[in-house]
Formats: sequence, C-alpha cells, structure tokens
Amino acid sequence: MSVATPEAPVSAGATPRAQKKRGPDRRPGLSRKLPYLLLAPAILLELLIHIIPMLVGIWMSFVKLTKFFIANWSAAPWAGLGNYQVAVDFDNAVGEGLLKSFGVTIAFSVITLALSWALGMAAAVALQPAFKGRSIVRTLFLVPYALPAYAGILTWNFMLQRDTGAVNHVLVDNLGLTSDRPFWLIGGNALISLITVAVWKLWTFAFLTLMAGLQSIPNDVYEAASVDGAGLVRQWRHITLPSLRPVNLVLVLVLFLWTFSDFNTPYVLFGTGQPPAGDLITFHIYNASFLTWNFGSGAAMSVLLLIFLMIVTGAYLIVTGRRSRRA
Amino acid sequence: MRDTKGFKIYRAVVLVVLGLFVLVPLYVMVTSSMKPLSDVQGAFTWWPSNLTLDPFVDMWRTVPLARYFVNSTIVSVAATVFSVMIAILAAFAVSRFRFRGRTVFSTTVLSTQMFPGVLFLLPLFLIFVNINNSTGLQLVGTRLGLIITYLTFSLPFSIWMLAGYFDSIPRELDEAALVDGCGPMGALWRVVLPAARPGVIAVAIYSFMTAWGEVLFASVMTTEANRTLSVGLRQYSTQTNVYWNQIMAAALVVSIPVVIGFLLAQRHFVAGVTAGAVK
Repeated sequence: MSVATPEAPVSAGATPRAQKKRGPDRRPGLSRKLPYLLLAPAILLELLIHIIPMLVGIWMSFVKLTKFFIANWSAAPWAGLGNYQVAVDFDNAVGEGLLKSFGVTIAFSVITLALSWALGMAAAVALQPAFKGRSIVRTLFLVPYALPAYAGILTWNFMLQRDTGAVNHVLVDNLGLTSDRPFWLIGGNALISLITVAVWKLWTFAFLTLMAGLQSIPNDVYEAASVDGAGLVRQWRHITLPSLRPVNLVLVLVLFLWTFSDFNTPYVLFGTGQPPAGDLITFHIYNASFLTWNFGSGAAMSVLLLIFLMIVTGAYLIVTGRRSRRA
Repeated sequence: MRDTKGFKIYRAVVLVVLGLFVLVPLYVMVTSSMKPLSDVQGAFTWWPSNLTLDPFVDMWRTVPLARYFVNSTIVSVAATVFSVMIAILAAFAVSRFRFRGRTVFSTTVLSTQMFPGVLFLLPLFLIFVNINNSTGLQLVGTRLGLIITYLTFSLPFSIWMLAGYFDSIPRELDEAALVDGCGPMGALWRVVLPAARPGVIAVAIYSFMTAWGEVLFASVMTTEANRTLSVGLRQYSTQTNVYWNQIMAAALVVSIPVVIGFLLAQRHFVAGVTAGAVK
C-alpha cells in the first residue's frame, strides 16, 4: 500500500493518455500519413495552378519570350535583366506606359478604397439599431455584390454611353448641368467612371464586414455613453471606431489588394480599347502581353507588381501589428 | 437609445442615397431589357414607351446564349463540387491534426489568394500549352482547363473558412465518434460535416459565384466551343449594332441563378465571409 501510493498518480495520469491514443493514433502508421493524404489533392492543385506558374512566371521574366517561342517556350533565349530594364526605363515608351498605369492604379485604388469604406461605414452605422424593414434593406444592399461582375459592369457601360446613357440623360436633360454631353468611357472621365463602378460593386463588402463587426458591440455601451451626454458623433468616434479597429485593419488591406488587382472592371467597361486615364495595371500587363505577344516583358511587369504588393502588405502588417500591440 | 431625431434623419438620408445608388442600375437593367431596339438606340427614357418581351426571345438567336449557358453551368458546377470536396478534406486535416508543415501549408494557401490572377495567367497558359504538347491533353480551349483553373481560385478561401468552421466544432464530438468505433473519416462524415453545414453551403456559393463571374481566364482560355457567359455576352456588340436591350436581358437572366442562390443562403454566407475578417 505504502509502496503503491506514490505510483498511483503516475498510473492515473498514464491511463487517460493511453485511452486518448486509442482514438486517431490507434494505427500510428496511417494516422501520421492521414493528414498528408487529406491534403494531397489540395497541394497538387495549388502546385499546378499557383506555385509552379509563379516560378515559371519568374523564370519567364528573365527570357526573351516573344511570339516566335510560344509553341516551344523552353527554348526562348536568356534575357537576363533585360525585360526589367525595359520595364523601368521611364524615358522609353514601355517604361513610361507602365509608370503612368501605376499612377492611375494607385489613384483608382486609394479613392475606391476610401469611398467604399466610407459608404460601407455610413450604411453599417445606420443599420446598427434594429428597425422595421432592416433585413429587407440589407438584402437589397447585397444585390450588387451577388450579381456576376460582368452583368453589373455591362449595365454601367450602357448607362455611361454618351448619347443613349442614363447618366448623361440625368446630368444634361434632367438637371441641365452641362450643355454638351460629356464622354465617360473615353478621355479623362474614364477614371471617374471606373471608380464609380468599382465602388458600386465593392462598398457592399465593406458594409457586410463592418456590420458584422458592429454586432459584437454591446448596446449598453452606447446607452452609458448617451447617459453621459455623448452625442452620436462622439459615440461613433469613441466607441464605434475603436471597436471596429481589428475589422478595419483586415478590411482596408483586403480592399486595397482587390482594387489594386482589379481586372474585370476596366476589361468589361472599356473593352480592349482602354483610355489612358483608366489604364489599370493588371489590364496594362494583360494588354502588354497578349496584344504584343511579348510574354517576357509582361512577366517582368507581373513580378514587379508582385514585389510591390508584397512590400505594401508586409509594411502594412508590421505597422498595424505594432500599433495594435501598443494600444 | 439612438432613436434621436438626428439619427433618424441620418438613417433616412443614408437609406435614400445608397438605395438609389444600388437600385438605379438594377432598374435600368430591368427596364431596358423590355425596350425595343430603336428605344435603346435613341435618347434614354426612364419608362419604356413600348413595353416588349422580345429581347428575352431574340437574345437566344443573336448569340448562341444557350451554349454559353450550358458551358458556364458545367464549368461552375464542376468547379464548385470538386473545390468543396477538396477543401473539406484539407480543412479537416488543418483543423484536426498537428503535423509537420501545417503552418507552411496554411500560409502558402492563404498568400496565393492575395496575388492578382493576371500573375498566373501567362505562365499557366504556357504550362497548359506544354502539357498539350507533351501528353496530348488539351487544356487551353476546353472546359476541363477552366474547371481546374476555377476550382483553385476558390480553394484557398474555402480551406481557410472551413478550417475556421471545423475549429468551432468541439473536438469532444468527433473524439466521441472515434471511441464509438468510427474511423477519422467516419468522424468527419458523420459528426463534423453535419455540424459545419452552414460553412459548407457558404463555401459552395462562394465557389459557384467565383466561377460564374470569372472574366480574365475565360477570355484567354476559351474558344468559341467552350465560351462561357462572361465572355459570350460581349458578342451582342457587333460592327454595326449594339443590342443593348438583349445585353440587358441576357445580363438579367444570367444573374438570376446566382442572386437567388445568394439571397437564399445569405445568412450563412455573410456569417462565413465576415467571420475571418472579424475574428
């Protein structure tokens, strides 16, 4: 008895552990392999569609891959950094075009992100307290998001037509703001059109995300604040905004990455004859590659874009991570 | 609280302004689809003077819309089914097992999602050409090529989201199933999956929407025979005419399946999409 007692805790601790082993670890050979078997299809597809193409893309950016080598592309001659030199030579037509497109994309991305966030926030705050018909309004707001991108963008294309579109009908015929009908799909207004269409589609996502974030703020926090005499603006500034901080950090990054790599909006809105004012970078790379069949140059631009996005994402995560740790 | 007059005015303004912003294009789409061609080619009118349903009939003849519809349906349904099955297995592994390479896998899968598709487009095109040259398996210009491409678009998101769903299901549940004699796969099938049904539905809708609305790869990887709706709808613009009424009718018809599916399951979808961002 006196000998067995000190051993009792040991065996008591060992028994449940042994029982647990009878679960997934009963057949150690299979159990160790099982997660990899489960992952195998996903890994295989990720390799085929994402990882290998990325490596091939990096290799492509170092070769002279023109239309003469498409059928037998592994024989394309080595270009070294040549494709990159052309892409960043801003005195040259190719480099100049890339730089301009980059500027347009930054402007598009930042403005679209800011407007989508602001509209999403305005609507999420307005719909935060329950009222009759709230779920109907919420469903209505979700429709642009549910619509296939091209269906929505085609409708906007129709509305932005110079002579037959609804937009000019309102501006010129109904409101009489200008006498000559402005062009919206060519010339300098193209960027405004792009931003409008992109915001129409995107603000709903900001709304969805922010609304979900608002649901987690308890009502009595606001009640306490209004008892203390805080107005709606101060409540928003001191309760809503800080509570949404983690949501906003993710949302802003996601919206930036989406807008910066948006292809559908310019492609469907403008067709292949894109106006310089609406020449977004992904569309620019697509045209540079498939209109001139200079894949090496397109690949070099793609790698530059990838590096830029990685730097921005990394910097963003470091800055926001540090700040939220301090707070 | 917050039922002050100021807040009510603010809410009314937001609802009216954003409601118009959302609704006007939808209204234009619906009404223009019911106008004769001469009306959509003339000055815009808010109300159709000659209401007609002809565009909904003519649109099938102007463009082989039925074929595009079939192509889009096959590609989207196949991509959805495979994507959901593969994501379920992978998410189960990530959620329930601790193994070497788990973090590497999760990080890689998540980060591929943030890169723009145009980055993969050129290399993938060449890889598909190469596969064709060496094995004779045609991927460019076939439905199979599109299916493979699309099912990986939604895969990273699906794995991430489902793993989150599986994590929220108590492990005691599937451990009890294991004690009762189920294998790990039995536990997945009988316990974890039924409990995660909302997540599976959300992931399936997301996959379908992604495939149904995809434009970039469809524009490069398809030929006339396997063209999908996203590219096919461009064909209503000819050298001489743009059939805007038929474009709007077609846009409306192709939107109906996704919009209905989305609205029916929006509760699951919204919860799923936002869970990751909010956590």
